Parts: sequence; C-alpha cells; structure tokens
Amino acid sequence: MEASKVIHAFYTDDEVLLDAVKEVKAAHHHIEEVFCPFPVHGLDKAMGLAPTRIAITAFFYGITGLAFAIWMTNYIMIEDWPMDIGGKPSFSWIENMPSFVPIIFELTVFFAAHLMVITFYMRSRIWPFKDAENPDPRTTDDHFLMEIPVNNNEEALVSLLAKTGAVEINIVDKH
Amino acid sequence: MSHYEASIREPLVLGDKSYHDITEDIAKPIEGAANKNWYIAFYISLAAMLWGFGCIFYTVGTGIGVWGLNKNIGWAWDITNFVWWVGIGHAGTLISAVLLLFRQKWRMAINRSAEAMTIFAVFQAGLFPIIHMGRPWNAYWVLPLPNQFGSLWVNFNSPLLWDVFAISTYLSVSLVFWWTGLLPDFAMIRDRAVKPFQKKIYALLSFGWSGRAKDWQRFEEVSLVLAGLATPLVLSVHTIVSMDFATSINPGWHSTIFPPYFVAGAIFSGFAMVQTLLGIMRKVTNLEDYITRMHVEYMNMVIILTGGIVAVAYGTEFFIAWYTGSPYENYTYLSVGAATGPYAWAFWSLITFNILIPQLLWIKKFRRSFIITFIISIAINIGMWFERFDIIAIVLSKGHLPSTWWRFEPTFVDVGIFIGTIGFFFVLFLLYARTFPVIAQAEVKTILKSSGEFYKKRRAQGIPTKPAIIATDSSAINGRSDNNLNG
Repeated sequence: MEASKVIHAFYTDDEVLLDAVKEVKAAHHHIEEVFCPFPVHGLDKAMGLAPTRIAITAFFYGITGLAFAIWMTNYIMIEDWPMDIGGKPSFSWIENMPSFVPIIFELTVFFAAHLMVITFYMRSRIWPFKDAENPDPRTTDDHFLMEIPVNNNEEALVSLLAKTGAVEINIVDKH
Repeated sequence: MSHYEASIREPLVLGDKSYHDITEDIAKPIEGAANKNWYIAFYISLAAMLWGFGCIFYTVGTGIGVWGLNKNIGWAWDITNFVWWVGIGHAGTLISAVLLLFRQKWRMAINRSAEAMTIFAVFQAGLFPIIHMGRPWNAYWVLPLPNQFGSLWVNFNSPLLWDVFAISTYLSVSLVFWWTGLLPDFAMIRDRAVKPFQKKIYALLSFGWSGRAKDWQRFEEVSLVLAGLATPLVLSVHTIVSMDFATSINPGWHSTIFPPYFVAGAIFSGFAMVQTLLGIMRKVTNLEDYITRMHVEYMNMVIILTGGIVAVAYGTEFFIAWYTGSPYENYTYLSVGAATGPYAWAFWSLITFNILIPQLLWIKKFRRSFIITFIISIAINIGMWFERFDIIAIVLSKGHLPSTWWRFEPTFVDVGIFIGTIGFFFVLFLLYARTFPVIAQAEVKTILKSSGEFYKKRRAQGIPTKPAIIATDSSAINGRSDNNLNG
C-alpha cells in the first residue's frame, strides 16, 4: 500500500476533544480514528459512529445456550439413558423440567457471556499476542489522539485544529 | 454537562489529581520494588500454602479417613470451607455488576480488587469438592461427557451437579468480566513500561488494546451486558449452593428460606473480606486517595443491610424450630438444643461474631473508622465460617436415632488444608497486588471531573471543568513526535 499522510492532533482534556471533534465534523472533514485513554461519553455520536449491536448478539447467544441446554437435558436424562432416581422416573422432559431449570439458566448465561466477549474481541481485533495499534503511547495515559487523513488540505486542517485547543499537531506518513 | 455531581456528595478521589497523576499512582506499586512487609506476608502465605498442599497430598495418598469425618458426619470442614470460600467470592461480582447497574460510581475504586478476590476465593472453594472426591483424577466425571461406562451420564436432578455448572459458569464469567476491564489498564502499563521484558508481558496481557473510539463504545456496552448477565448469575450461585442443603430431608437443612438467606450471608461475608483486604492494601500501595473513608462507609452500610437479613433469617429458623414442637427440630443449628448442647461454643460464636459485633456499625463513628472496620470485618469472616460449620456439623451430629449421635473432631489434616487455602488465597492476592493495576484507572479517570475533590472545589467556586481553549503553539505543530512507536 502506498504511504498516505495523516494528521495526528493531540488533546489533553476530554471536553476540549469532544468540542474539537464536533468542529472538525462541522467543517466536513473525515475523522479516521480517535484514540482515548478512557471512554468519553458522546464521542461515538459526535464522530458519527453507528451504535454497537453487540448486545443483540448476546441475546441470540443466550437463546442458543437455552436451546442447547434443553436439548442436552432431554437427550441425556430422557432419551439416552432414562433413570428412576428416588422414585421419580424420567418419562418426559416437561415433567422433569423443574429440576433442570438451574442447568438451563447457567448454560444460557454461559453462552451469552462468553460468546459476546469473544465477539467483542474478534470485532475489535484484540487477542493475546496482538500488537497494539495506538500510534502514541501517551494515548493510554492522559492524551487523546484524533487521526485525520490529509488530501491536499494540510494547511486548512492544521489551522482548524490549532484553533480547537490541540496541544500538539503532527503530520505523519501512515504505511 | 455530563461532569456534574451534586456538591453535597463527598469526593471519590481526594487530592489535586490530574489524569496523569492517576496513571502514576496506579502504576507505582507495579513499577516499584516490593517492600519488606510484602515479602514477610508473602513468605508466610507461601509456607501456609505449601503446608496445605502437603496435607492435600497426604489425604489423596492415604484416603479421606485421615480427616475427622465419621459414619454420621460425612460432610464437615471441607464443605464448610467450600461454602465459606464461595460466599466470600460473592462480593466481587456484586460490586462490579450490581453496583454498575445501579450506577454507583464508588464501585470503581474497589471493583478490580473485589473481583480478584472473587476469582481467587472461588479457586479455593473449588478445591474442596474435588479433594473430597478422594480420587481427584476422576473429577472430570462431573462433566456430561460421552464415556465408556455404558452411556452413564451425570444426574441433572442433583443439586450437587447444579453446583458444578453454577460455580464453573460463575468462575469463568467473572474471569472474562475482570480481564476485559483489565485490558485498558494493562495497556496503560504496557505503554509506559521501560524494561523490554515488562513491556512484552504487559503487551501480551493487554491483548493489543489500542483504545479506539469504537473499542470504547463496545467496551462499555459489553460491560453493561455482562453486568446484566452476572447479576442473576451471582444470585443463582449461592442459591444453588444452599440447595445442596435445602433439597435434602435433614431437619435444619430442609428449609425454604435457605436460598435468599444464603445469598445475603454470602454478600455479607464477601464485603467483610473486601474490607479486610482493602484495609491493608490501601495503606501498602499508597492508594488512600482512591479508597477513602467514604468507600469504607458505603461497604459497611451494605454489611449492615445483609447482616440484618442474616439476623432475621436466624431468628426465623430459631423460632420455627421451637414452634414445630418436633424433638428432631430441637437440635438444628439454631435451636435451644444447639445453644445448650455440646456445640454451644460454636452456636454462641456464631451469634457473637455474626449478629452482635456487626451491630456496632450502626454507629457512624465506627462505620467510618478504618481500624474498627478492619476488626469487625475479621469478626464477620470468623462468624460466617461458624455459620456453615454449625449448619453442617451440628445438624449432622444428631440424627433421628441415638446410634447416630456422633460428634465431629477435626484432625490436623482438616485444619491444615483449610490453612493451606488461606495461604494460597493470599499468595495469589499478594502477587496480584504487585503485578496488576489494582484500581480500574481508566474508569476512575471518567469520574475524576465529576467526583474528584479538585474539580468539586473548583465547581463550587464557579470554575468550569473544561479548560480554556488555547490555540496550539506553533512549535507544537508538525513536530515529529519521538513517541510514534506503533505508527
């Protein structure tokens, strides 16, 4: 891939950053990314990010866990090897269901929680041995970094950003 | 503005802190060298742990007969310890999940350590049923695996099997909840590490967290949904543990109030253990500005509430045992028979440590005192151990026939394994306190402007939290940053 230029604008305050993001958006520039040391509320809306659908996936994973637990208890306790335990024979799943409720509940939670977290890790590309991609180590401490691609509008961007209270503005070749 | 909080609320972060100061304060215990006290505590814990492992090997090599169990009392110290540890493991998820749903910001200073405590406590709890199997190498038989024993499956009607599912789900979900919250904080340590090996380790632990806006959006959603899932989960775990007893037909165990009462007791003991641990940790790691008197007071309020629920449950059990008029009910763990019989010492220890001493917390001065809180938290830890011991040993010591009237005497192996788990727990916690960011610093930074002492004072003077915009200095423009390491 050929090298392209980006501007890295650094901020040290979340409220200043949020206003800067709004100003850059109002001037119709594309914001490639914002790296933050902590979540800034309202930033996703200001950047125009779509809401995350990860909670919806958790719901479907939970349904999957529920279905799996129902299938498993039915197969094991009713179909494959029905046992008469304490005078309570295993004739039908629905009659034995009350004592399966704890298992069904736990498996629902297990599936929803773990599969949602795995989805999050995959979508955000975080896993063991993954290299960090924040361009500057200060962005996990107290600096916010706004990354804007440059398309022959370097000066206009720099003068705009300088007015928004950035503490440092760098022009970087991105590979 | 989002950074508003009523001025009547006490600050959650003391001192004139900036975002960078929080980073420094949380990173300091990890980057600095351990002091002498840490090593003393660590070696004592390590010795206790090794002693416990020796006792475990002795038990497994010789057999469960080396314990004090007898033909009547088949459960005693082991299951007491199991329930005790699981109970302690309840505060962590409660603090991080339930308090998140209730938007309690004070949880942010303590949730990391409380969850660490949860995970380490559940490790200890899990050891006991596995050792009690006698043949721990067959422990995988509790899993519903296809096998060669003639399609023999596990029994899903058994509360003991519900326990397997509840505790393993709880442990694994708590672990991912904890780790996901740790990612940004590990990334912070990674990005300021100077030693290459340290940088490598924290890069690995942080899973390459970069802090993109989209990552944070997902992070917050995942935290919220995990909290929503973990809340019923944490309540289910001790409910199911209580069903180990409540679904039996023993007088004293066969009690419908066990599930809610066990859950309240678990939260009670879990918060007590958090007080014990954090009382020491805030001093050792110099985090007094983050774990303040107010945090201690709030936790004490939870202790008063849950301790009150437990006291009411004791009263109910005692009354019902007496009211039935049944002679068999007169030797349940809360009955006249227990209060005057050979286990009277255990009965009165329970009443003293669990009901009487915690009432001191109604006094505001005591509730806000670190020393008194610490002493009371130790008392509750002891009291909650006695609760489980009484429920198990006293109830089993008197069956329906005189031939089943047996007493339980622990052997050195029973005691040794228990001491070993305490040592193991502290070994893990001490290692954690030296290597992990013990406070969720990314989260604390989000509340600094609303709840930090510095900003609260400024707001009272009418100074906005947002600094004045200063146009970027020309020398700071197009400077090639030396820090572009990952660029």
